[in-house]
Amino acid sequence: MVRRHRLSTRLWHWGNAVTLLVLLMSGLMIFNAHPRLYWGEYGANPDHAWLDIGATVAGEDAFPGWATIPSTYSLADARLWHLAFAWVLALALLAYLAWSLANGHIRRDLHITRREWRLAHLWQDVRDHAALRFAGGAAALRYNTLQKIAYAAVLFGLLPLMIATGLAMSPGMDAGWPWFSAVWGGRQSARSVHFIVAFALVGFFVLHILMVLLAGPLNELRSIVTGWYRLPPSPSPDGPA
Amino acid sequence: MSGRVLSRRRLLGAGALGTGGLLLSGRHRLNRSAAFRDALQGAEGLHMRAQRLIAGDALAREYAEAQMSPEFRANGNRDVADATYRQHADAGFAQWALVVDGLVRRPLALPLSALKALPQRAQITRHDCVEGWSAIGKWQGPQLSRVLAMAGLLPAARYAVFHCADRFGDTPYYESIDLIDAFHPQTILAWRMNGQPLPVAHGAPLRLRVERQLGYKHAKYVMRIELRATLAGLYGGKGGYWEDAGDYAWYAGI
Repeated sequence: MVRRHRLSTRLWHWGNAVTLLVLLMSGLMIFNAHPRLYWGEYGANPDHAWLDIGATVAGEDAFPGWATIPSTYSLADARLWHLAFAWVLALALLAYLAWSLANGHIRRDLHITRREWRLAHLWQDVRDHAALRFAGGAAALRYNTLQKIAYAAVLFGLLPLMIATGLAMSPGMDAGWPWFSAVWGGRQSARSVHFIVAFALVGFFVLHILMVLLAGPLNELRSIVTGWYRLPPSPSPDGPA
Repeated sequence: MSGRVLSRRRLLGAGALGTGGLLLSGRHRLNRSAAFRDALQGAEGLHMRAQRLIAGDALAREYAEAQMSPEFRANGNRDVADATYRQHADAGFAQWALVVDGLVRRPLALPLSALKALPQRAQITRHDCVEGWSAIGKWQGPQLSRVLAMAGLLPAARYAVFHCADRFGDTPYYESIDLIDAFHPQTILAWRMNGQPLPVAHGAPLRLRVERQLGYKHAKYVMRIELRATLAGLYGGKGGYWEDAGDYAWYAGI
């Protein structure tokens, strides 16, 4: 048994998991209030929507009650949850990134080296994943390249994008920082990107859970809860550790 | 081995079910807990302070004519049943006057012609509904600050309340803003929209434009502006119809 995940990583991981779930479910309820998406600055019912779900069955919402917060239609309540937890997401991400920069987590564990960016290496990593060959021994303590790319994409790409496009929809922010929504091509474009990136995060979640299940769920779960990880034998074993 | 896998699966299954169950039942109870709602509502003050720190007196973005929505969606109440209002509407609001009272030195009754005679501001801005849609339109009217200057605020005045002719059921629509937004240059009393007299569906004869906030703050069918020291004691006490009816935020900058 070895130490795997730092306390800061474990705390942020679980706090962030709950926060993202609340943001997703309350966000789906907010979407239910106007289940249409547009590109550009403006967009309302008379305008062309690139996505239009729900409202096909009378009295039915685009996303069902089991997936939303609250479970019955309330735009006001969903906004209460969503806008409060948005602060939690942003401040926790900022603190975690600053802490991870200071303690070397980003440089040591997430930095993707030039060797790792090489196509041959990436291709090998893809083949190892496809064949469910997981690293054993000390190598299991390091994130593999695809894993690094996925985590870095969430930390430095998807989560900041969610915060930026969320703020870009605010009329108050728009007065202070007009470029903030202009870079997306307008408020309705920012709303569309917000929705798309939310589902990219759902996609990450599905892959993440799949990899945990394939790599040995108990060992992985223990390490992200307690920090302790049982090193799989080297070289890579056939079954779960 | 198979026994271990089975128990592991069972454990994980139970864990997933437990988490899901907690969330499904917990969200309902949390959503109804007064203490939890108070905590969530604490974010509203953060939004206002943060946005006023960032934006200061900055203007909302203004657009070119070519960027306007081809059709501006009318939302909320699109007509008013009140008999007096109907008479005024039929007469083209020629006999109608906006009342300005409350904590002012000189209560006013301003006919539409007087509002049109004041210096005008025209602006092409984006209207953002709390539901998520946006429409860009052109608005024209006197700045609210001019009307307030004519009336002269008493020192105790803190809020401008807009009393409207439309109702949801028996409840009249109303909205309120503080003096920071009331004196913002883009806060106007629009009687003209997209180059035409304001249509009834969009709030004739007069609609508040408070461009840095969401659509429900832009009160339609404004009949009276009351200056007050506090919002307490007025209807539900939260400063607006939607704020009273469903806990929508009073500060609607986000």
